[in-house]
Amino acid sequence: MVKTLAKSIREFKKPSILTPILVSFEVVLECIIPFLIANLVNEIKAGCEMQVIVRYGVVLVILAGLSLFFGERAGSACATASCGFARNLRRDMFYKIQEYSFENIDRFSVPSLVTRLTTDVTNVQQAYMMIIRTAIRSPLMLIFSFAMAFIMGGKMAWIFVVVIPILGVGLALVIRKTIPIFRRVFKKYDALNNSIQENIRGMRVVKSYVREDYEQQKFGKAADNVCADFTRAERILAFNGPLMQFCMYTVMIFTLSFGSYTVITSHGLDLDVGQMSALLTYSFQILSSLMMLSMVFVMITMAGESAERIVEVLGEESTLHSPEKNALKTVKDGSVDFDNVSFKYSRTAELMSLSNVDLHIRSGEVIGVIGGTGSSKSSLVQLIPRLYDATEGTVRVGGVDVRDYDLETLRDQVAVVLQKNVLFSGTIKDNLRWGNPNATDAEMEEACRLAQADEFIRQFPDGYDTWIEQGGTNVSGGQKQRLCIARALLKKPKILILDDSTSAVDTRTDALIRKGFREFIPETTKIIIAQRISSVQDADRIIVMNSGKIEDIGTHQELLERNAIYREVYTSQNRIGEGNEQ
Amino acid sequence: MSNRQKRRAPKGVLGRLIRTIFQFYPVMLPIALVCILINAVVSSIPSIFMQNIILVVEEHWQSGDWAAASADVFRLVGLLVIFYIISLAAGVAFQQLMAIITQGSLAKMRKKMFNGMQKLPIKYFDTHNHGDVMSYYTNDIDTLRQMISQSLPQMLSSGIIILTVFSIMMYYSIWMTLIVLLGVVCMTFIVRKVGGGSAKYFVRQQEALGKTEGYIEEMMNGQKVVKVFCHEEAAERDFDKINDALFADSEKAHRYANTLMPILNNVGYVLYVVVALVGGWLLLSGAPNLSLSGQAFGISIVVSFLNMTKQFTGNISQVSNQLNAIIMGLAGTKRIFDLIDEKPETDDGYVTLVNVKEGANGELIECEERTNVWAWKHPHSDGTLTYTRLAGDVRFFDVDFAYEEGKTVLHDISLYAKPGQKIAFVGSTGAGKTTITNLINRFYDIADGKIRYDGININKIKKADLRRSLGIVLQDTNLFTGTVMDNIRYGRLDACDEECIAAAQLAGAHDFITRLPQGYQTELSGNGASLSQGQRQLLAIARAAVADPPVMILDEATSSIDTRTEAIVQQGMDALMTGRTVFVIAHRLSTVQNSNAIMVLDHGRIIERGTHEELLALKGTYYQLYTGVLELD
Repeated sequence: MVKTLAKSIREFKKPSILTPILVSFEVVLECIIPFLIANLVNEIKAGCEMQVIVRYGVVLVILAGLSLFFGERAGSACATASCGFARNLRRDMFYKIQEYSFENIDRFSVPSLVTRLTTDVTNVQQAYMMIIRTAIRSPLMLIFSFAMAFIMGGKMAWIFVVVIPILGVGLALVIRKTIPIFRRVFKKYDALNNSIQENIRGMRVVKSYVREDYEQQKFGKAADNVCADFTRAERILAFNGPLMQFCMYTVMIFTLSFGSYTVITSHGLDLDVGQMSALLTYSFQILSSLMMLSMVFVMITMAGESAERIVEVLGEESTLHSPEKNALKTVKDGSVDFDNVSFKYSRTAELMSLSNVDLHIRSGEVIGVIGGTGSSKSSLVQLIPRLYDATEGTVRVGGVDVRDYDLETLRDQVAVVLQKNVLFSGTIKDNLRWGNPNATDAEMEEACRLAQADEFIRQFPDGYDTWIEQGGTNVSGGQKQRLCIARALLKKPKILILDDSTSAVDTRTDALIRKGFREFIPETTKIIIAQRISSVQDADRIIVMNSGKIEDIGTHQELLERNAIYREVYTSQNRIGEGNEQ
Repeated sequence: MSNRQKRRAPKGVLGRLIRTIFQFYPVMLPIALVCILINAVVSSIPSIFMQNIILVVEEHWQSGDWAAASADVFRLVGLLVIFYIISLAAGVAFQQLMAIITQGSLAKMRKKMFNGMQKLPIKYFDTHNHGDVMSYYTNDIDTLRQMISQSLPQMLSSGIIILTVFSIMMYYSIWMTLIVLLGVVCMTFIVRKVGGGSAKYFVRQQEALGKTEGYIEEMMNGQKVVKVFCHEEAAERDFDKINDALFADSEKAHRYANTLMPILNNVGYVLYVVVALVGGWLLLSGAPNLSLSGQAFGISIVVSFLNMTKQFTGNISQVSNQLNAIIMGLAGTKRIFDLIDEKPETDDGYVTLVNVKEGANGELIECEERTNVWAWKHPHSDGTLTYTRLAGDVRFFDVDFAYEEGKTVLHDISLYAKPGQKIAFVGSTGAGKTTITNLINRFYDIADGKIRYDGININKIKKADLRRSLGIVLQDTNLFTGTVMDNIRYGRLDACDEECIAAAQLAGAHDFITRLPQGYQTELSGNGASLSQGQRQLLAIARAAVADPPVMILDEATSSIDTRTEAIVQQGMDALMTGRTVFVIAHRLSTVQNSNAIMVLDHGRIIERGTHEELLALKGTYYQLYTGVLELD
């Protein structure tokens, strides 16, 4: 895990290494300064000359200046290293996800990918900052202060050998008790927040059924439950401070009583007054660095899960690649062949989504696809631009196995308008340019006319420069679908696939779109999946899909005569259809 | 100017926050505060004892006479032990109390927000981004926790220590105190410079983070489209830009934050040196001392001043370290209070819905038990009561409505629906179909005109009772986390299992539910993510069926479900409609043909009305919609 993550440090290796070095210098200085100050106090007490104080002062100011310099440098380097590391992590994940195939994307859900890229990275960033700064600083501080305590206090320093384990064991106990509670309660906390989100989204339902009180009770219980667990964990954690204070006080009382005894009985030979007060200073540094260490430990443990989730994304290998060499860069024509193709979405799935499909489509043909939910209409067409790979058999485009093409070439020539389509925030033009980044205004307008989108775009005050909100929420469903078709047309593909892409478009416009296709892009192979018979009935051939198999292929008339499923769908829709003839 | 306003605004918030917590814990909070006070004062006193012990030792070390010193040493150490015990006890007490107070206050605050939110009008949810509302519960509550549990107690304790030390300083020497104060002014200046920069960049970092998250969310949602258009490299380029901007801001923010402590610590050391120099100079020059105690200047004063300087600067560093947390916490707290202060939905209704039974002469008599016969209980100004049987007669009289003042979206809507009738609304997007249903259940209030329910002006009916008498199946189905049974029972909480199952059977949902792994006890989560669109709708229908209201509002789903499922959903809807007054918002004309009346809406006006046959004969807009010349929805 560490190895995978460390790869993302890259150009921030320098500050990452520099930080601990600078921190070490800072720590050394911070340990020397109290030592000098103790001496200065002794000198003043002894009633020294002014110039001694000045000499000490100059040295101290220089050391403080140095310590400030190192501290400032360390802080900056640490900021650069940790923020840079986070940047690289986000970048590496984002790039990795761009390589993912549809299968990979299906495996992670979208919200989980978003959390991994945001919250999880922030957690790891915090932990990284802790590791290169505090995790170096605290043990160093502990060791230096410990050493100094022995140098200054001699035998007296043995008290730390007694106190440190007590504090250490105490802190470890607190951590061991709290971490499992925190893990559990964070899950409950997530669930609580989820229920709030559900409530906000479903507010119309809540209010229509007058369930405000019920929701309040339900929420109250859940909130109390979370609160009880959090309180338990926090109360255990709250013993950290007093525990530390207790150890501190023990050291002080010991030093003051036993120290006084030693100083007086040995006539100041074994220990003098200055050493005694220095011991007290170091005791604070030793114990507080131990405490910091325990906090670092907690932070790192908590960030561990986030790190694991990030590594999962980085470690996931794309299941689809362009061929390594001799990838074909041209597609001859728009013919499509399925040779005994079977397909399932995941290797572990028991049932095939498509089984033994044989299908041959000539270049320029118009093919309709009809079938109920779960009949694998989408699965069938998604194999053509190689969004998924066939599990068995071969899919050929232009007579060549799709796996031999360069992926970009193939997908540029086989345009799919997906069922769950999205527009991106940006102007209409920005969105259209996804199809062709160099498209001229004239080309865009032409594509939009063909998709019957030009007319409504012109009615917008800003025309083609109209801003589309995230997810395309400010255009109607039918308008969105037509924009998506126009975007795909701009690719000038040899094969165009519409996966239920005109469901929200009215039947007349739908017919106009198909008429345009026939007249203006006759050479393009068109494959149209639809729920409405009217969208496919004028196709050259219509495929009827049923539970992963091709049930029948034929023209509208042929299917009406011989295919039961087709007839059933037709009659059920013709309750409206009758009206059309009036 | 603006800066000063910003500084002032949160002050009211801080006061209110403290008052609120005090209301939550009127006993615990004062005790906790007293404990913090004791802990802080007691922990600043031991330095005096230590000084005294060292004095005793100094007196005796040359003679080596332990017997003479031991009495003094043990007396002082004994006192110290007592102080330490008090400090520890106070420490444990306040830490424990604060843990309880923090988490308890958060829970109470959450409940306050949530309960307040339940009372807000629908308009609030229509006009606020759900993600923003959510972040009050997550981000802002988190900053509040940080503030209550750490920043505020830390500030309080540091403040007390600073005051105590300051008084002791004044007691010993005013000149020296002024020197220390000068240093403190210097430190404050640094904190404002560096800390201010840090706060500025933290705000920027927060913005950049929001932008990055927004982009990531959009791209992850559209990842499949990215693949289809081979747009990966362009997406990477755009992401790099946003990601790099975030890096630049967060690096600066952390740089400022990380360097504040080393700067303050070392300035503290310098101040220490200055105090030593000035003290030495005063000692040697023999300048007269000015102090509250009137003590003459001596070595012991210089030595204790050095210690106090350290305490002083240490605590000032502590305070400045909490500054960022407090600025961010107060901003979050303000948002939380804003949500709590949001004006709740008003309800002046006084007509209520009660169970009745029929008396001997056919008059209605109110009763406690559930009779399934309902009546409107209408108190009049002359003190009399009338009961009107709940029938489901809804009439609109010249209704006008505007979501925003001046932008009327419904004009002169008049219509009637007699009990048991089916009224359909058709028209294109934005014609005002959904708006009409928003008015019947008073999600929004009409601007002009009147709506009567069983002859009673709906403004006089208590909203809860009005809504209880109406069932609604929305276009977007919302299910809640819980079992399938729980979700159906949401329609009527006292419905028994059999009634819920009967409702599911009526809706046509029973078949698929029994095929689920645990049947009716199957747990749903994520708005029923494991179910198909059609199945979710069937559950929503069952939910409405179990409520069994006399009036139903049905908003058909727009998204395409396959023909077979659609037929099943339609059957469920039809079963639900029988015997009720129904308002249907139609997205498919096949479902409206048997309506008693169809209203064709355009730009907020009813432009055609009549039965299916009448409207076809009219050859107007309905005819065009029907023949597919115009786009529906």
